[in-house]
Amino acid sequence: MNRVVSNLVGSFVEAWQELRIHRTRVLLSLVGVAVAVCAITTVVALGSVAQQATVEQSERQGGRPASLSMQISQSDGTAPDSAAMQALWETELARYRVGHASRLVQTSQLVQFRDGAAQVQIQGVDPAYGTMHRIRLLHGDWFTAADADRLAPAVLVNSVFYDRIGRPDLRTHPTTTLLGTQNATAVITGVYQATAWDNAPAMYMLADAVQALGPADTLALRGSGQPPSYELWVPPALAEDLRAALTRDVQGALGSTANVQVYRQDYAAYSGDNPYLPLQLVVGGVALLVLLLGALGLVNIALVTLKQRIREIGIRRSFGATAGRVFFSVMMESVVATIVAGVVGVIAAVLIVTNPLVEGFIGQGQVTDFPPFPVEAAVLGLVCATAVGALAGLLPALVAVRVKVIDAIRY
Amino acid sequence: MTLLHLEGVTRTVRLIDAPPLTILSGVDLDVAVGDRVSIVGRSGSGKSTLLNLLGLLDNPTTGVMLFDDRPVQSFSSSHRDRVRGRDVGFIFQQFNLLQGRTALENVMTPLLYAEGRAFWQRSRIAAEMLDRVGLGHRLTALPDKLSGGEQQRVAIARALVRSPRLILADEPTGALDLETGAAVMTLLDEVATDSGAALVTITHDPNIAATATRHLRLDGGGLRPVHDPVRDRAHDPALDAVRGTAPATMPDAMLA
Repeated sequence: MNRVVSNLVGSFVEAWQELRIHRTRVLLSLVGVAVAVCAITTVVALGSVAQQATVEQSERQGGRPASLSMQISQSDGTAPDSAAMQALWETELARYRVGHASRLVQTSQLVQFRDGAAQVQIQGVDPAYGTMHRIRLLHGDWFTAADADRLAPAVLVNSVFYDRIGRPDLRTHPTTTLLGTQNATAVITGVYQATAWDNAPAMYMLADAVQALGPADTLALRGSGQPPSYELWVPPALAEDLRAALTRDVQGALGSTANVQVYRQDYAAYSGDNPYLPLQLVVGGVALLVLLLGALGLVNIALVTLKQRIREIGIRRSFGATAGRVFFSVMMESVVATIVAGVVGVIAAVLIVTNPLVEGFIGQGQVTDFPPFPVEAAVLGLVCATAVGALAGLLPALVAVRVKVIDAIRY
Repeated sequence: MTLLHLEGVTRTVRLIDAPPLTILSGVDLDVAVGDRVSIVGRSGSGKSTLLNLLGLLDNPTTGVMLFDDRPVQSFSSSHRDRVRGRDVGFIFQQFNLLQGRTALENVMTPLLYAEGRAFWQRSRIAAEMLDRVGLGHRLTALPDKLSGGEQQRVAIARALVRSPRLILADEPTGALDLETGAAVMTLLDEVATDSGAALVTITHDPNIAATATRHLRLDGGGLRPVHDPVRDRAHDPALDAVRGTAPATMPDAMLA
């Protein structure tokens, strides 16, 4: 035991001395490995952020896994009775104890801006929609149940809309005028980020408020007259059973003239177990290539410098260093150097990935929940650094062990 | 107490495109604790090969070689390394200090392969050893900042820091001037006497050889005793050749 500890500590001391003395060589090695580790860690971390961005984007559009969408139409082209439909919807939600569900009404509305009136897309939703579609607001708050009681409907506008009305302070309860046969005033209670490619004003409104706006007229296109669609956020494991049960119940309640379609619309429904596997494989492949290039440089430098160290190895052997000890020491040099390089590389990667500029570039305004720097990327970087150090040290260590002591001393 | 016993030892090396070359043949030698042995011989006579055998850096081809009454051929590679680290101290002609390391670090090097107290207290032990050779004030000096005599003193301190029972000195004064060489040999002798170690010195210099109590000449692959190395040197065939006083029987090859 004592010998093992002495050997371990002794090897570390020797390795450290060697690194200290051959600073230039070590620095050269460090640069190559640190860049490689930084690259692999950055690529993996950015891949994670990009994946999060894609997930969020997908969830914004199709809802979180599993999201069911229900569309109802009548074969004669008429809309189902809205009161009956609402009662049926509430019954179904209660029966299956669905906590997150929303109606969805798509329409557009003429809105008065300072520089003239403009058509604004409106999505009428229920309060749960914000959670289901991962909507984060830049300012203000998402709808609550209390917003249903407002006389002047609450609206959440996108950042294009908000910019166009001069970015008023929401604490002053800014309003906007919804034009129609009878103008209506709405209170802006929140602002959400428009997508990078979206330059048109848009807004969310509670579904009940949209329907309360009244019939459309030629000027304002108020109200769409289309029946709402319905969304439910359910556990993925139950999604298929619920889909079948919901179809059966609603179809049964509305009769054979109704056409009821319930389907999953979240991204996970369209892909296999891991929809990001191809992306991860590509990213991992690139990272591996970068690491191999770094390792190649390290082996090269280690082998070239070993020639200069043959005499030193001979001297150490003459003072009792066993072949195993020489092997371990040379390996340790490489491993210690690459671990230091790995730490430097990971720190650089953290600085790069968490940089606001990089986050903005990768997220493209689509990521609200920027994941923290992935621990697995940092661990992977350090493990790779250690493995590369061990691999790169193996060849020089084997050469060092084969050194003939006599020849080495006289080298 | 016999430390080393060689009996009929030969050492042959295989050559790629020539018949095997016998460097040592029928070497008999006993080295006891406290012995002072000098070995002289011409260049190429096999002095270094013999030193490598004595220092457990190499194995004899045939013959008996005992270290502490145990046949060295039975030692495993790692055991041989450990015995060498513990019981043998080397002093080289070119000092062979580790460049870039301070005098203290150089002397600490053998202790890195020790265990227990010697390992954990290596800094203190090395500093004491350097103080013993008169370099207590140069602990942090790098080899290239030390004079030749100082470097050899560091090498002596390094060779003796683990209190070996056998010190092998290969031309210890070869790179030093006469005066410094003599001082170094005096120091080496003193330190070896203090530690009770056997000292085997390989040298060209008959004056250095004369400081030993037993004098041997390596010639034709074998060891033979020399009663007075200084006088023996006066009749060295190689020197005679250089002086132009070679006897008629001198082979042409030796004159070349």
